Amino acid sequence: MSAPIQLRPDETFLLNVGPQHPATHGVLRVKMQMDGEYIVKAETVLGYVHRMHEKMGENRTYAQYLPNLSRLDYLGALGYTHGHVLAIERAAGIEVPERAEYIRAITVELNRVASHLFWFGAFVMDLGGFSPLMYAIQDREHILDMLEAVTGARLTYCYYRFGGLYNDVDDDFIEAAKRFIPRMRKSLKKYDALVSGNIIFQKRLEGIAPVSAEMCRKYGATGPVARGSGINFDVRKNEPYSVYPEFDFDVPVYHECDSLARYKVRMDEMEQSLRIIEQGLETLPDGPIMAEKKPKNIKLPVGDYYQAVETARGSFGIRIVSDGDKNAYRLKLRSPTYSNMHLFDEACEGMLIMDALAFMGSLDLVIPEIDR
Amino acid sequence: MGGYFSDIFYGSKSLLIGMGITFREFFKPTVTVQYPYQTLKMSARFRGHIELIADKEGKPKCVVCGMCERACPSGCITLGSISIEIEVDGKIKKKKVLSKYDLDFTKCSLCGQCVENCNFGALEFSKEYNLASTRKEDFHFNLLKRLEERNT
Repeated sequence: MSAPIQLRPDETFLLNVGPQHPATHGVLRVKMQMDGEYIVKAETVLGYVHRMHEKMGENRTYAQYLPNLSRLDYLGALGYTHGHVLAIERAAGIEVPERAEYIRAITVELNRVASHLFWFGAFVMDLGGFSPLMYAIQDREHILDMLEAVTGARLTYCYYRFGGLYNDVDDDFIEAAKRFIPRMRKSLKKYDALVSGNIIFQKRLEGIAPVSAEMCRKYGATGPVARGSGINFDVRKNEPYSVYPEFDFDVPVYHECDSLARYKVRMDEMEQSLRIIEQGLETLPDGPIMAEKKPKNIKLPVGDYYQAVETARGSFGIRIVSDGDKNAYRLKLRSPTYSNMHLFDEACEGMLIMDALAFMGSLDLVIPEIDR
Repeated sequence: MGGYFSDIFYGSKSLLIGMGITFREFFKPTVTVQYPYQTLKMSARFRGHIELIADKEGKPKCVVCGMCERACPSGCITLGSISIEIEVDGKIKKKKVLSKYDLDFTKCSLCGQCVENCNFGALEFSKEYNLASTRKEDFHFNLLKRLEERNT
């Protein structure tokens, strides 16, 4: 019989979470130096789904780059394509018809609700509850069906065009969206009773993983992560674009800085998105969906252009440097979860491993978007 | 100590509320589609891979202008043409006709730029979604052959 292994009391070991691990929601690898169940130091390792999207933007024409943007974040793709078309339209001076902008806002908000719903399900599943995922996916399926009928795709949309839309929405879509809003409000109440009121859920999140506002600023975190730390920043309000100034909606902000605050921000955001969709459907103007004056081959004037939009995960920015050619000289994508994820290394020091995984869930990471 | 008991009370209450919600789901209609046995109708705008559209005579409408080939972001379309001589009003004229339309579906991202850029209405999206194979060659479509097969 061999002698039992004696560990020194100060000994730590290295734990590799991922790249293939269900808790990381994708191919993210985290190297954790552990002292028993406590994390001494964590390091996130990226690069497993790098597809050179920025380089592709330099090699393809602006129109050919359209499908790429929906492959960044496969859960809330429309927000990203919105940023791209807005950047090009502003740079090329294309006037977008009002109806097209309204439809864009409605579809982006629907997509945001779908993204938050999937996050809600996956997050609760990280904590051990399975049924909420099924309920969330059932609601999300209604949104995907609506968007499929309009855009022709369920996840990787290619719906917006420079100067307008690929095709118009029909009455069926408007009817379905109007039916969906009360249904979703009822579901939100159900989720509140089922999950938010659950004591296990509260005890696992309350006061866990504090991310201070200062830390958010240091790493450039945006979106629900920053708003859960008391930073009142939403690109739709602070740097208005599209038709958002015409809608009446609030930006939910919580000051608790913990995982529960980030959860509450996203749950409240769904309600605000529903409000925007409701107003958008009511005031949807008639008219064309495509700009009349639009160059066939888009060439941007020499210059440096930047456009930020609020996606489901935070502020997404696209920077285009043009040398007057039909493709960009340099294209830079500023993706929100890339910044949000880098909080993780610092914030999870000294945390229990199961709290750290719950914290990772509350950051809402989508790896292909970090690792574009 | 008071907190301990109120936690137990609150915990049991939240447990009962949660179980009530999941219990009610038992009596709701099933929404799952039993896929291989039941299928859903694809929406009118569903974007599958592309197909050629035939004119009245069953020939492809395509005039081999090459717009789709150039618009494609991934370069998955390859066109081929031959010129034939046809008689129009007693004069012999040369005309380009389509001899090859290959789609490499392994590279296609289903963006629809080809259909949008076609000025002759010669392309459409198919409603095909049951595409699965273990061989790469099965996704190299010869659209001209597929059109002939559909005609017969």
